[in-house]
Amino acid sequence: MRHIISVLMENEPGALSRVVGLFSQRNYNIESLTVAPTEDATLSRLTVTTIGNDRVVEQITKQLNKLIDVVKVVDLSEGEHIEREVMMIKLKASGQMRAEIKRTCDIFRGQIIDVTPTTYTVQLVGASDKLDAFISALGSASILEVVRSGVCGIARGEKVLSL
Amino acid sequence: MLIEGTTVELLSGAEMVVRALRDEGVKYIYGYPGGSLLHVYDALFQQEDVQHVLVRHEQAATHMADAYARATGKAGVALVTSGPGATNAVTGIATAFMDSIPMVVITGQVMSHLIGEDAFQETDMLGISRPVVKHNFSVQRPEDIPSIVRKAFHIAESGRPGPVVIDVPKDMTTPTERYPYEYPKQVKMRSYTPITRGHTGQIKKATDLLLNAKRPVIYTGGGVIMGDASTELTELSRLLNFPVTNTLMGLGGFPGTDRQFIGMLGMHGSYEANMAMHHADLILAVGARFDDRVTNACDKFCPTAKVVHIDIDPASISKTIQADIPIVGPAKVVLEEMIQLVKGSKKQPDADALHAWWQQIDEWRQRHGGRFRTDDSELMKPQQVIEMLSKVTNGDAFVTSDVGQHQMFAAQYYKFNKPNRWINSGGLGTMGFGLPAAMGVKMNFPDDDVACVTGEGSIQMNIQELSTCNQYDLPVKILCLNNQSLGMVRQWQDMNYESRHSQSYMKSLPDFVKLVESYGHVGMKVDKYSDLEGAMREAFALKDRLVFMDIAVDPFEHVYPMQVPRGSMRDMWLSKTERT
Repeated sequence: MRHIISVLMENEPGALSRVVGLFSQRNYNIESLTVAPTEDATLSRLTVTTIGNDRVVEQITKQLNKLIDVVKVVDLSEGEHIEREVMMIKLKASGQMRAEIKRTCDIFRGQIIDVTPTTYTVQLVGASDKLDAFISALGSASILEVVRSGVCGIARGEKVLSL
Repeated sequence: MLIEGTTVELLSGAEMVVRALRDEGVKYIYGYPGGSLLHVYDALFQQEDVQHVLVRHEQAATHMADAYARATGKAGVALVTSGPGATNAVTGIATAFMDSIPMVVITGQVMSHLIGEDAFQETDMLGISRPVVKHNFSVQRPEDIPSIVRKAFHIAESGRPGPVVIDVPKDMTTPTERYPYEYPKQVKMRSYTPITRGHTGQIKKATDLLLNAKRPVIYTGGGVIMGDASTELTELSRLLNFPVTNTLMGLGGFPGTDRQFIGMLGMHGSYEANMAMHHADLILAVGARFDDRVTNACDKFCPTAKVVHIDIDPASISKTIQADIPIVGPAKVVLEEMIQLVKGSKKQPDADALHAWWQQIDEWRQRHGGRFRTDDSELMKPQQVIEMLSKVTNGDAFVTSDVGQHQMFAAQYYKFNKPNRWINSGGLGTMGFGLPAAMGVKMNFPDDDVACVTGEGSIQMNIQELSTCNQYDLPVKILCLNNQSLGMVRQWQDMNYESRHSQSYMKSLPDFVKLVESYGHVGMKVDKYSDLEGAMREAFALKDRLVFMDIAVDPFEHVYPMQVPRGSMRDMWLSKTERT
């Protein structure tokens, strides 16, 4: 099963490499990974999506908690949560394809953020499966380049991940 | 130099490293100098509180520090230079990590502005050590040195212990740049708060299970030793009259000569320990991690047992074997709480069921008691050597070992009655550990007997340390069980590869007696069992000399019992021809 694990950690050099190293060292899988500082400059928030059975995911959270730089760990998938990912996608857009792509983009509530006579660059925000659906709706022929941010997530309701 | 009008001293980074170690109560550090550490070595030279022990290879420095920690529970300290010094230390760091041994390793580093430029003797020690340390630090500002050192010791010694590396770029130790020095008394880290006690509700539930058990086994590991919980373990076990088995790392946690002790368990565990585990209805695991050398096939492990698992590290619980009652906490505190609960309970352990259980265990004990056969030839059995060692030292010596058959024989046949006396590399299985480990112990326990049980293969992995022993007068006794082959490799080749002895035969061994004599020590060669006792007593009587006993043993002997691969706990080879 896919899990979204959120990690609050010290914003220190080497902290990220400890997390990434742990995953490769213990043979855990990383589907996506994002990390950035929080409103508190001494803390970073890292989100990792991983696939594993309950036992593996339990080990992942326990092992993450053991890292000295890690302050808190939560498996967002255990409760109600919101996940978002940003994708920027550069598309061939000439001739009648131009209008077709614009329409698809509107359906998915994407925004065209850069235009040339032959290309569109589209920004799309949503859960990862929505981004996947957009890609498959377009077909590979028109795609020039894809960049995705990886997933970040937050719990619904009043629950917060903080110190 | 003091800051005017205060008692705050100004020290250079190099002086701070040394002073912080002194303030941490460190007496000996083990190391080897090099370019990036010259300032630190100069600071060491100018004081007398912290004594440096010069090894001949950095691996030995880490093993000496590690063995000190195993014998005392306090972090050992090693000091090695950048580049090759640091990489040579990695095996020793990994050895400590696998066995959860507290250690602080200070590594030199090239100057900050050269990091990343492939400078002379540069290596990314933070990156290299990361998977085998509990934590590592890089010094970015000299004034941080005192707090980093304090944190390093705190992290190494608390919670589940482990090695910590401090990487010190040379420019952090410049002698002419001085900073106010104050050693912090306390550490506060928001991201690190070790657990200090177990969950009372869980402990109560576990105690209920204990009092209802009919076929219980207490299975304990290194956590009881490093957690200083052997007194509590012994009291609880006696209170309950339960059988106790120890892992390789846990030997000495419960008295080896006690009737309730049923031996080591696992791959080379005793017949009765493995049988009892398999048939148990309750396993109380304390500071043990259900490692693959203990459980055999996890899906066949102890089919009728409920598992209570006490460990300071939550990640060790339900990692390989699902615990029915997990208890996260220090073994000592949790066991103490259990003792009080048992004492205060109206319910008593089920005496009838335990009586029957002990009868069964005693029957297993008798069925497969002696375990090895002597034959008419004069060729000694390695087991006889260990039994003699146990006899000559009254089971009181510190025994270190290397890795292989001799290690298993030492674990099986030396009766450890006290914790912290059996010093071996269990998790990583590091050949070359035994001699430096013995040295680290002897240096700190000069009045105790320290024996290194080794083989002619392992001893050659750090034999250069005989020179260090000469320099510092370390009269350890080395028992080399010489079977002229890498015994454990050969055993597996006998059992699984139709005796094709690929690379397991040691050709052109040195004349060990002459070799140790050239280092200034005493060498003895023992070929006959009838000479063994006299020679060994003579060796231990030479209190101030290192004695190397080159003991010829049967090269065809195997270690038994040996669990059958992918089987359950009770599936064992008992000799070359008998199987359960």
